[in-house]
Amino acid sequence: MRYNSIFDIIGPIMVGPSSSHTAGAARIGKTARDIFGRQPTKAEITLYGSFAQTYRGHGTDLALVGGILDLHADDENIVNSFQLARERGVEIVFKIIPEESDYHPNTAKVRLSDHTGSLEVVGISLGGGKITITEIEGFRISLSGDSPTLLVFHHDRYGAVARVAQVLACNEINIGHMEVARKSKGDQALMVIETDQDLTDEIIKDVKQIDHVYSVALLTT
Amino acid sequence: MKYRTVAELVALARQHGKTIGEVVLEQEVQAGGRTREEVFSNMEKSLLVMEQAVEKGMNEVVLSRSGLTGGDARRLREYAQRGRSLCQGVVLDAVNYALATSEVNASMGLIVATPTAGSSGVLPGSILAAGRHLGSGREQMVYALFNAGGIGFVIANNATISGAAGGCQAEIGAAAAMAASAVAELAGGSAEQCAHAAAIALKNLLGLVCDPVAGLVEVPCVKRNSMGAAVSIVAADMALAGITSVIPCDEVIEAMYKIGTMLPSCLRETSLAGLATTPTGQELNQRINKKDQE
Repeated sequence: MRYNSIFDIIGPIMVGPSSSHTAGAARIGKTARDIFGRQPTKAEITLYGSFAQTYRGHGTDLALVGGILDLHADDENIVNSFQLARERGVEIVFKIIPEESDYHPNTAKVRLSDHTGSLEVVGISLGGGKITITEIEGFRISLSGDSPTLLVFHHDRYGAVARVAQVLACNEINIGHMEVARKSKGDQALMVIETDQDLTDEIIKDVKQIDHVYSVALLTT
Repeated sequence: MKYRTVAELVALARQHGKTIGEVVLEQEVQAGGRTREEVFSNMEKSLLVMEQAVEKGMNEVVLSRSGLTGGDARRLREYAQRGRSLCQGVVLDAVNYALATSEVNASMGLIVATPTAGSSGVLPGSILAAGRHLGSGREQMVYALFNAGGIGFVIANNATISGAAGGCQAEIGAAAAMAASAVAELAGGSAEQCAHAAAIALKNLLGLVCDPVAGLVEVPCVKRNSMGAAVSIVAADMALAGITSVIPCDEVIEAMYKIGTMLPSCLRETSLAGLATTPTGQELNQRINKKDQE
């Protein structure tokens, strides 16, 4: 069964015109923003494939910027997001790559930055408003954003995964799906943990204090 | 979910003496781990968004970003008000509301994807028009949405609801089947009649290709939504009269899927054939999509 809920069929509630090119794009932008954890001062967005060919008429560009400004896919302000970005002092740069590439047809790469750091996220829109984040900071992952997701950036050392799992277990949080990606042995690594329960600030704080963990982000649904 | 086919949905409804809408709601509660109240109120929220979109599209001229669509819902409403239209009543209202919703969708307004944004006009058009004419209560309308969701759920899982995968028959076709079943239930039809209504509506749209001009959800999508709404109301009426679909609903759904896989990709949302490549379609594409690459 590819669809599990009746609300995949009657829904999502969204601004038009396209669930893949508008709602999905907004979700990619919002997810990037949530992982970054704050409003960036600059957003560089690269569009590939069908996104690049038809973004204008579908408002894919407005939706991505809206998401980056923390707007949900059902926020009618998405249509005004360029103006909103100017008002909030967020510089927006678009790069359009309409030629065929190895990327999925509906792919957006979003690079967010401010004076303290930057983050690069690659997302694809699967249709019906569903998305998958395929890359975070060069880590190849698969993240749907359908469940609460904990992202733990850490140094690739033994015990790091176990300690994070331990903190979740102590708080009666069940892991529904988990993957670990690393750039190379002993290098930087990323845990992507989808949970069945919501995570509190207290739990996030505990995870942050674990050895070898250097950054934590939480995506709520 | 305890149902995988429309036949199973009908059997469940019969077995428990319930409507399809009630069965779908209960199954969602059991599968999703949420309370009945939460699930119901979620759907009620969708109904509200549908009503607001219709209201907006009927009263304002909402133009799309490309300028290709907008204003036709109001044009049709004013025409209907003169009282001399040919299909006055539920059908024309359904067409009008569907047009309104699709125009709001094209203008980046708020809609409910049912089952997709591109086909989001059909279901609200049909159930809001039928509900108003029948004097249906709010609760009944929400159940009608669950009914539609159940039919769409089966189509989505056993076939496809993506124009890129199955052509427009998978989007407007699915939406019309969902709406026909929902309207049949609103009008007091049996679960079997709902299934026949869905089958009759979908059969009429089999083979419909997805050939959007300039890749946008506008031409011909907006008008196809209103025509899909008309088909759904007529199909519901036929089923309510006791007319049955010779080919059972699940087999029609399977046929739709197989036809979709046989469609060449140029007719599946790639804008490489059909209306998209007519001289006018190509000219519009040049005007809309190339101007920003200069």
